[in-house]
Amino acid sequence: MIQDLVVYLVYIGYALAVLMTFGTVLTWVERKQAAVMSDRIGANRAYVRIPFTQIKLVWLGLFHGLADGLKMLVKEDWRPKTYDWYAYAVAPWVVFTPVLLVFAVIPFGGLLIPGQLFPSLAGFFGDRAYPMQIARLDAGIIIVFAFGGMTIIGAMLAGWSSYNKFSMLGALRAGSQMISYELIMALTVLGLLLLYGTVDLTAIVQQQSGVLFGFLPAWGVFLQPFAATLFMAAAIAENKRIPFDLPEAESELIAGFYTEYSAMKMGLFMFAEFIEIAIIAALFTTLFLGGYNLPYMGDQGFAFPGGYVLPMSHGAVVVTQLVVFLGKVLLISSFQILIRWTLPRFRYDQVLKFAWKFMFPLALANLIVTAVVAWLAN
Amino acid sequence: MKPYPRKTYWNEPTMGWWERAYLFEILRGLWITSVVFLRNMGKWVTGRKGALTTYYPEETRWDYAPANRGKHILTQRPDGRPQCVACNMCATVCPAKVIEIDAGFDPADAAHPKFPVRFEIDYSRCVFCGLCVEACPEDAIRMVKETPGLPRLDRGQMWLGMDELLTWNPQSDVAKPYPPAGGSGKRGPE
Repeated sequence: MIQDLVVYLVYIGYALAVLMTFGTVLTWVERKQAAVMSDRIGANRAYVRIPFTQIKLVWLGLFHGLADGLKMLVKEDWRPKTYDWYAYAVAPWVVFTPVLLVFAVIPFGGLLIPGQLFPSLAGFFGDRAYPMQIARLDAGIIIVFAFGGMTIIGAMLAGWSSYNKFSMLGALRAGSQMISYELIMALTVLGLLLLYGTVDLTAIVQQQSGVLFGFLPAWGVFLQPFAATLFMAAAIAENKRIPFDLPEAESELIAGFYTEYSAMKMGLFMFAEFIEIAIIAALFTTLFLGGYNLPYMGDQGFAFPGGYVLPMSHGAVVVTQLVVFLGKVLLISSFQILIRWTLPRFRYDQVLKFAWKFMFPLALANLIVTAVVAWLAN
Repeated sequence: MKPYPRKTYWNEPTMGWWERAYLFEILRGLWITSVVFLRNMGKWVTGRKGALTTYYPEETRWDYAPANRGKHILTQRPDGRPQCVACNMCATVCPAKVIEIDAGFDPADAAHPKFPVRFEIDYSRCVFCGLCVEACPEDAIRMVKETPGLPRLDRGQMWLGMDELLTWNPQSDVAKPYPPAGGSGKRGPE
């Protein structure tokens, strides 16, 4: 039992480190990518000076995220005269915590056999095997949606308890928008679940290491390209980023539901947003892009369509899977940032119309077609 | 259904099915931005500059207009002393009141007995209007087109004195002969 504890503590530490790093690095990626996309240089002035020398480390502006965090930590924690101080204080955490919790069920690697990976620890671990995932729950994807839905509560709480009309309007917008798009997200995933026949994310990833039509890797994006597009759009809307950032539309609502927040409380909202980019990317990778595996790759190594099999050692597989997962997540995060800096913002009535009159019927149609095809194929 | 009748404009944008489908136009937009991104990234990783920006304090643009009113300089006589005669006309005309001059007396130089001991300009308030240059009777103060080195970390450091005004980009007045021709330029009985 103590072995389980050790392994899962390591997993939790890894997951937290990855998420925090992504949250910080994505602020830098966003700045720099936006700058390069628009012929600018981007943030490059913050530096860390090595003590007692004049050597200033700039590192392409990587320390601007650090400077932001420091600024938010030392800023005055201004409090509005609200009648519900408790809800006001707890709201950032209600937004932030579920975002972290979602990662618990996302597999970031295949099967880990510690005794085989570190022969010196074989006596301690024996031949125990652990899937690289904090909590292997049968309900996988349902847990993701359950926790994802909790962030709505946080946004509504923040807007309601701030005692500010802008916050209230932002919260109402956030509530209606997030509920609408969460429905679409779930509907698009439903088609995929029909094909995979399971909601367990590890099983979903394992099924994607197969081959489709003899040559394509059996990734979700090839099985359900339509659902992948809809899922991406709905997920960005769920994260309330441009082009769906109506709850925070600066020109109309100042900062929407977190107008009255300052210092690190506001920082938590921002941080949650950036971590959610990584979470969405991880979900998209897991559901549609073969998860932690390269094409044709499984826990034993590669099995190419021609019948050629390339076995890999356990250590090589584990390292490849960890790196591939992070790489895919970074790529999809970068794609989301590309979308954010390309498209203009919707009008508010257009956002809900887009959800209910455009994406909802499409998602339903996709589900029905998938169901009919799956039924015919069986 | 609409809350109020919307005005219809003669150039109301119309969308065909292509635009209405969102996806294709979005893909086109993403294509444009990705091409720009990749082009600029290609320049950055091959050691070229992928941006139009000038790193201002470190770099200055070469294409400042010749008549650009940049930083002031004090012109010099051939022996290196300032041409200024401390008449205070620039300080008087200055709308921002940023010029401060302390005059000294030099009986050895009969042509220009009055000279500036201290000549300072507060660049934190200077509006770069160029009136001081127009007011100067001796062509002692000029504005050159470049302005490097103006940003400072402290307000007090924005006062630039004679050292800086004389040594940065020094110019001498070639229009006037020196020493002045006999009789001209001398005031009072000889």
